[in-house]
Amino acid sequence: MTTLKKTIQRDVLFSEQMRLADLIDLNYHLLPILSRLGVSVSLSDHTVADACAKSDVDVATLLLVCNVYTFDDYVPSGAALSEGNPTDIIKYLHNSHSYYLEDAVIAMQEDICKLLEPCGEKQQAVIWKFFNDYKAELDNHFGYEEKVVFPYVASLLRGEDRKGFSIAQFEDNHSNISEALNDLKNIIMKYLPAECSDALRNRLLIAIYRLDIDLVKHTRIEDNILVPIVTRIEENGRQ
Amino acid sequence: MADSKKNVLLIVPSLMVAKGLDSILSDLGEFKVCGILSDLTRSSETRLKNMDVDIVIIDPQVFDYDSRKNARALMGEFTDAPVIAIETIAMGEEILKQFDEVVSIYDIPTVIIRKMRSALDARAEAPKAEGNELSIREKEILVCVAKGMLNKEIADEYNISIYTVITHRKNITRKTGIKTVAGLTVYALLNNLIDMNSVE
Repeated sequence: MTTLKKTIQRDVLFSEQMRLADLIDLNYHLLPILSRLGVSVSLSDHTVADACAKSDVDVATLLLVCNVYTFDDYVPSGAALSEGNPTDIIKYLHNSHSYYLEDAVIAMQEDICKLLEPCGEKQQAVIWKFFNDYKAELDNHFGYEEKVVFPYVASLLRGEDRKGFSIAQFEDNHSNISEALNDLKNIIMKYLPAECSDALRNRLLIAIYRLDIDLVKHTRIEDNILVPIVTRIEENGRQ
Repeated sequence: MADSKKNVLLIVPSLMVAKGLDSILSDLGEFKVCGILSDLTRSSETRLKNMDVDIVIIDPQVFDYDSRKNARALMGEFTDAPVIAIETIAMGEEILKQFDEVVSIYDIPTVIIRKMRSALDARAEAPKAEGNELSIREKEILVCVAKGMLNKEIADEYNISIYTVITHRKNITRKTGIKTVAGLTVYALLNNLIDMNSVE
C-alpha cells in the first residue's frame, strides 16, 4: 500500500473520478475527515464526485482537503484554490474543532483517569493540572478561530468590509499548540510509575500520536487552503 | 583505519548536491557520508537523534522561512555534532552566521575539508553533555524553572550568565524531552525534585 501511495503521490492526486472506496484504501486516515466534511462512508461504492453530490458537499473542497491532508508536499495551485468553497472549508474546520474538544480530548481524559489509578493523590493532581491547562490552551486557540476568524470570513463573503482585521493576522496568531501535547506524551511514556497499566498507556499514547498528526494536518489546511483563499477574497475586495 | 573516518550526515534537498559532496568526501578519505536526508520530517528528526554522527552538513532551505532563523538551535535539539551550512542559493547573513561553518557550492574540496576540520576542532573544545541523566546543576536549574523563575533570576541566583542558563535549559529539554515550563514542573514533581507547595 505504501508503494502505491508513493507512486500516486508522484503522478496524480486524488480526483473526482476515482471511487470513494479507493480514496479510503489509499489513506484510511481520511475516514474521520470524510465524516467531518459531511460525506458518509456508506457512499464508498460511488465516485468521489457522485458521493459529494449526494451529500451536498462541494467536491473541489473535498479534494483540496483530502489532498493536503494526505500528501505532505502538496501545495494547491491557484487554480485548485479558486475552485474551493470557503464556507465548506470553514464548516470542515469547525467540525474538526468539535471533534478535538468533544471527542478526542474527552476520550484522553477518560483514559488518563483510569491510567492514574495506581498513582498517589499528589501525582494525580500534578498531571491533571497539566492536562487541564492543555485543554484550556486548545479551547483558547480554537475559540479564537471560532469567535474571530470564522465570523470575519463569513462577513467578508457577505461582501461586508471588515476593517481592522485581516487573515494575515490570523497567521501571526497561530500559536504553537503541539509543544504541550508532546510534553504530555513524554510524561506518560517515560515518567509515570511502572505500576500504571501498559495497555492503557499504549492506548493513550496512540491517541496522542494520532491527535498530534491530525493537528499538524489541520494547521496545514488552515495555512495552505483557508489563508490563501481568504487573502485572495480580501485582495479582490480592495480593487 | 576505516573506522577512524568521521561520519558525515547530509541534510540537503538536492540530490545533485548530496552526490557531489559524497563524491568529494569519499575521494579525500578523511570523512565519509553515513546518511543523506532530503528533508527534516519528524521521522528524520528521530533518526538523527539516534545516529552516530560526527558532523552535519545542512542546506538551510530544508527549514521553512520562519524557522530558518532558529535553524542552528533546532538542530542542537537533535545532535551534539557541529552543524555546517551549505549555501546553495543566496542566503542572508543572519541565517548563515548561526552555523558552525558555512561552505559554498563553489568551494574547492580542500576548502570544504578545512572548514569541516575547523568546525570539529571548535566543537571538541566545547563542554559535552552525556547521557539522559540530569546533572546536579541541571536539576537545580530545573527546580528554579518549575518554580516559575525567569532566566535572569536564575542567572543571578547562581551567579552565572544568562547564556549559560539557556544552555542548561536546552540540555534539560534535550534529556527529558519536555519543552514547556508546565511540563518541566510536572517532571520535577513526579521525580520529587520539588513538592507541590513550592509551586502554588
